[in-house]
Amino acid sequence: MQFFLEVLIGGLLAGVMYSLVALGFVLIYKASGVFNFAQGAMVFFAALTFVGLQEKFGLPFGVTLALSLAAMVVLGVLTERIVLRPLVNQPQITLFMATIGLTFFIEGLAQLIWGTEVRRLDLGIQDEPIEALMERFNILVSRFDVAAALVAGVLVAVLAVFFNKTRIGRALRAVADDHQAAMAVGIPLKQIWAIVWSVAGFVALVAGLLWGARNGVQFALTFVALKALPVLILGGFESILGAIVGGLIIGASEKLAEVYLGPMIGGGIEGWFAYIMALLFLLVRPEGLFGEKHIDRV
Amino acid sequence: MLYREAGQFRTSYEADQQIFPIRQDRIAFALLMAVAVVGVPLFASDYWLTAILIPFLVFALASLGLNILTGYAGQLSLGTAAFMAVGAFAAYNFQLRVPGIPILVSFLLGGASAALVGVAFGLPSLRIKGFYLAVATLAAQFFVPWLLVKVGWFSNYSASGVITAQKIEILGFVFDSPVRRYLLVLAIVALLALAAKNLVRSRIGRAWMAVRDMDVAAEVIGIRIMRTKLIAFAVSSFYCGVAGALYAFAYLGSVEPDAFNLDLSFRILFMVIIGGVGSILGSFLGAAFITLLPILLEVLLHGGAGLLGLNLSPGTPSMMQLVVFGGLIIFFLIVEPHGLARLWQIAKEKLRLWPFPY
Amino acid sequence: MTKSWKSAVLVAAAAAAGLAAAPPASAQQNTQFIGITGYRVGPYGANGAAFFGGFIDYLNLVNERDGGVNGVKLTWEECETEYNNAKGVECYERLKTRSALGPTAIHPMSTGITYAIMEKAPVDKVPLITLGYGRTDATDGRVFPWVFPLMSNYWDAATGIVRFIADKEAGNLKGKKIVLLYHDSAYGKEPHSVLDAEAKKLGFELRMIPVPHPGNEQQSQWLQIRQYKPDWVILWGWGVMTATALQTAQKTGFPRDKMVGNWWAGAEVDTVAAGPAATGYYAASLNLAGKGYPVVKDVEDVVYKKANKGQDAKLVGTVLWNRGLAAAMYTVEAIRRAQEKYGKKPITSEQMRWGIENLDVNAGRLKALGFNTMVPPVKVSCEDHGGSGLVRFQQWAGSEWKIASDWMKGDSAMVRKMIEDSAAKYAAEKGIKPGCMGG
Repeated sequence: MQFFLEVLIGGLLAGVMYSLVALGFVLIYKASGVFNFAQGAMVFFAALTFVGLQEKFGLPFGVTLALSLAAMVVLGVLTERIVLRPLVNQPQITLFMATIGLTFFIEGLAQLIWGTEVRRLDLGIQDEPIEALMERFNILVSRFDVAAALVAGVLVAVLAVFFNKTRIGRALRAVADDHQAAMAVGIPLKQIWAIVWSVAGFVALVAGLLWGARNGVQFALTFVALKALPVLILGGFESILGAIVGGLIIGASEKLAEVYLGPMIGGGIEGWFAYIMALLFLLVRPEGLFGEKHIDRV
Repeated sequence: MLYREAGQFRTSYEADQQIFPIRQDRIAFALLMAVAVVGVPLFASDYWLTAILIPFLVFALASLGLNILTGYAGQLSLGTAAFMAVGAFAAYNFQLRVPGIPILVSFLLGGASAALVGVAFGLPSLRIKGFYLAVATLAAQFFVPWLLVKVGWFSNYSASGVITAQKIEILGFVFDSPVRRYLLVLAIVALLALAAKNLVRSRIGRAWMAVRDMDVAAEVIGIRIMRTKLIAFAVSSFYCGVAGALYAFAYLGSVEPDAFNLDLSFRILFMVIIGGVGSILGSFLGAAFITLLPILLEVLLHGGAGLLGLNLSPGTPSMMQLVVFGGLIIFFLIVEPHGLARLWQIAKEKLRLWPFPY
Repeated sequence: MTKSWKSAVLVAAAAAAGLAAAPPASAQQNTQFIGITGYRVGPYGANGAAFFGGFIDYLNLVNERDGGVNGVKLTWEECETEYNNAKGVECYERLKTRSALGPTAIHPMSTGITYAIMEKAPVDKVPLITLGYGRTDATDGRVFPWVFPLMSNYWDAATGIVRFIADKEAGNLKGKKIVLLYHDSAYGKEPHSVLDAEAKKLGFELRMIPVPHPGNEQQSQWLQIRQYKPDWVILWGWGVMTATALQTAQKTGFPRDKMVGNWWAGAEVDTVAAGPAATGYYAASLNLAGKGYPVVKDVEDVVYKKANKGQDAKLVGTVLWNRGLAAAMYTVEAIRRAQEKYGKKPITSEQMRWGIENLDVNAGRLKALGFNTMVPPVKVSCEDHGGSGLVRFQQWAGSEWKIASDWMKGDSAMVRKMIEDSAAKYAAEKGIKPGCMGG
C-alpha cells in the first residue's frame, strides 16, 4: 500500500510537469487553431536563454528571468509576424507543418547562440525526499516535485485570472470562440495572436526552468513535447483545465502501468502506454475530456 | 509554342481517360523514364546511386503511401515510420523462415503485414478526426518499435535487435551492385506509382476524396465510410510497408527498430506537404526536395565556409543547416502552401501560352 | 510575390542541386585525407562536439607540430550525421568519394551508423574503427576483417564493471542484488547476455530495468529500484538518460556511490547536468580525464595558442575530448604503421586496414607520444581487433573525475568465448569463411 501510494503520488507530480508543457499547446490552439509543434523547441530555447544569460552576465535571478521573458516575447511576436500572418486561412495541416519548420529553426538558432554544451540549472531547490513524510509514513515525495506542482498551480491561477478578469483576456476568449465575430466587434486579431504567442512563450519559460533543473539544460529538453501530446488528446486541445486533469491522469496511470504491468511484458512501456490509453479514451470521447464538441453538418 | 495541345483531338473514351492526355506530356514522361532507366545507370556515380537516388525512390514510395492516406482520404497520420518498420521486419522474417520464398513475394508480404497493422491502427479513425487522430497514430509510432525491440523473435534473437537484410536474388540474378539495386527499386516504385495513379482515378479513389472533402456528405450519397477509410489505411500502409522493406533491403542493408523513429515519420510527412497534398507527382517532388536539401545545405555550408576561408567555430555549419532548413520549410509553405506539384501546374499553364501570352 | 519570381527560386534550387554533384576536391599531392562522420547538433550534439573536437585538435597538432605523418600532411572533412543512420550512410558514401585513396578510416561514433555501413565497408575496402561501441563480436577479426572495436568493447565493460563491484564487495557477490538500468534500444541490450552469464557464474541476483527513449522521466524505474533495494545499480545510459538517472536516484534516496555507469554514461556532459546529485558516481572509462598529460599541453600551446586552430578550449581535458584525442592518435599511429610497410607517402584505405591490424601502441610509445597513462596500451592482431580489453574507473568528485581504480580486465576468457561463438554464428549466417587477410 505504501509503495502504491508512492507511485501514485510520484505519478501525479510527474503529471503536473507534463501539464506545464501541455498548457503552452493549449493556449495557442485555443486562440489561433494552430497545433504548435514548436512548443518543445520553445521550452528548450527558453531554458537555454535563461542559463546562457546567467552564465554570461551573472545578473540576479529576477533580472535574468525578465530578460529571458523578453526574449520569448520577441520570439512570439516574430513568429506571429513572419510565420503565421502570411499563412492565415491555410489548412491546419499547413500551419502544423510550418510549426515543425519553426522547430528546426528554433533548435538551430538556440544552439547557434548559446552552443551545444550541457548546462546545469540550479533553482535552489534540491531534488530530495521530504524527510518529514519519509520518517513518519515512509512515503517518498520529492521536495522539488512539490515545489514544481505549486508553481504550476500558481501559473494556472494567474492564467485563469488573466483570461477571465482582464480586458485582453476577454478579447482572447472572444477570439477563441469566433475569429470573425471577434474581428467584427473590433478586436485586433493580429495583436491578440502576438499576445497569445508571448504568453505561450512565458509558459515555455516556466516549463523550461523546471524541466531544465531536473534534467540539465540540453537538447533533450525538446523531447518533453512528446510527453505532453497524450495529455493533450486526453484533456482536449482547447481546455486549460483539460491539460491539468489530463496531465494528472496520464502521469499517474503511466507510472502505475510501468511499475505493475511493465515487468510482466518486458518493461519500458511508458513510451507508448500514455498514447494507447489516450487512444482508448478517445474512442469513448472523440474530443477528449474537456474538448469542444464538434458537430458535423452537411 | 512547344507545349500546345491545340489540334490534339480525343476521339475515344480510352484516349480521353489516359493518364497523360496531352502528347507533349507523354513524350516528356517517356524521356524521363528513358533517362531514369538508361541515362542514370550509365552516368550516375555510386555515391549518387546509393546515397541519393535509392533513398529518394524509397522515400518517394513511402510518401506516396502517406499521400494516399492524408492527401486523398484526408486522414492525417504521424505513424508512417512504424508501418515501414513492420514492412522491413516482416520481409526479413519471411525471407528467413520460409525456405525458398522469392524476394519479391517477401516484399509484397511485408507490405501486406504492414497493411494489416495499418488497418488495426486505422480503426480509431472511424470515430476520431483531425489532430486527435494524428496524435493517436503516434501510438503506432511508439508501440511498434517497442514491440520489435522487445520480442526477440522478430530480429531472430540478435543480441542488439539489429537485423541484417538478406541478399536480393531474383531467378538466380543477384542484385548486389548499386546500379542493379537502383534499377530494382526503380521498377518497383514505378509499378506501384502507376497503380496508385490508377487507383486514385478509380471508384475507390473518388470515394476517398469524397470522404476527405466532407465525410458526412459522402455518407449521405451512399459511400460506406468505414470501408473507405479502412481501405485507405490498408493501401497506404501497404505502400509504406514495401517502402520499409526496400529501405532495409536495398538501401541500408541492416536496420534496427530505432531507425524507424518519429523523425522519419516527420520527414515523410514533410515530403507530402512540400510536394503537394493529394498529388502523385507531388510525392516524388517532395521526396526529391527533402532528400536533396539537407545534403545541399551541408555541402554549401561546410564546403562554402572552407572555400571562403571563414574560420567558423566548429559546429556552426551544422547549426546553420538546421536554421536554414527550418527557414526554407516555412518559406516554401508561405510561398506555395499547395506544394511543388502546384508550382509545376502553374509552370505548365504558363508554358501553354508561351511565348505569346495573348 | 510574382509567379516568375517563384520559378526563379526553383531554378536557383536546381542549379544549386547541380553544385552538390560537383566533382570531389582534387586530392592534393602528399596529403592523407581522413573522412569524419561527426555530429554536433541534436540530442547527442554535446557528446559529439567533445569527441570530434579532440579528434580534430589532435590532427591539427600532428600537422602543426610534426608537419604531418612522416611529412604527409593530414587533411579532413567533417560531415554532419545528426546521429541519424540514413544521414550517416550518406556521409559515408560522400566522404568515400572525396579522395582517390579513400577516407583512410571511419569512426562512426554511433552504434546505429556502424551497423548501417558495416556491410558496405568491406566492399569499398574502408576500415571502420569503433572505439568502445558498435558490434561487440566484431572483435573477432577473422570474421570481421574491416571492423576494429579498438581498446575495449561493451562486454569488456560489463564484465569489468562486475569485477569492480566485486572488488568493492570484498570479492564476493554471492546473494548480492544488482540492477541493470538500461536505455531501451539496441545499445542497451548489448550487455544482457554477458551479465546473465556473470550472474550465474558469480551467484548474484540480476534484475534488468529498461528506460524508454529518451529517458528524461524515470520516476517509475527508480521507485521499482527503491522497492527492490539492490546493492548496486549498473547504468547503461546515453544522453539525457544518465543525468536524469542520477537526479532521480537522489530523489529516491539511492546512494550515488553504489552506481556504476559504462563509458558512454560517464562524461562531464552527464554529471554536470545532474549537478550535486552526481557526486560519488562511478563510471567505467576507456580513457582518463584531465589535462595533466604532455600531449594536452602540446595541443594547448601549439594548436590553441600558436596556430589558433583549436576547436573549443572549454572542452579540453574532458573525458570525451580526451577520447577523441586518443582516437585520433590511434588513427595516426596506424597510418604511421602502414607507411612502414607501404612507403612514406599517402596510403590507401585498404593499406590502412593492415596498419590498424598491426598496430602496437605500447607503454613506451604512449610515453613518447605524451599520453602516458591516459589510455591503455593497445596491440591489435587478426584474432583480436580490440587490442586491450582494459577498463578503468573514475569517480565524479563534484567538479571533476577522480581515478578510482587501476587499469583492469573483466572476465576476458568468458568474453572471448562469447565473442567467438557470436562471430561464428554470424559467419555461418552470412556464409563467411573466417580467416586472416594479411597484407
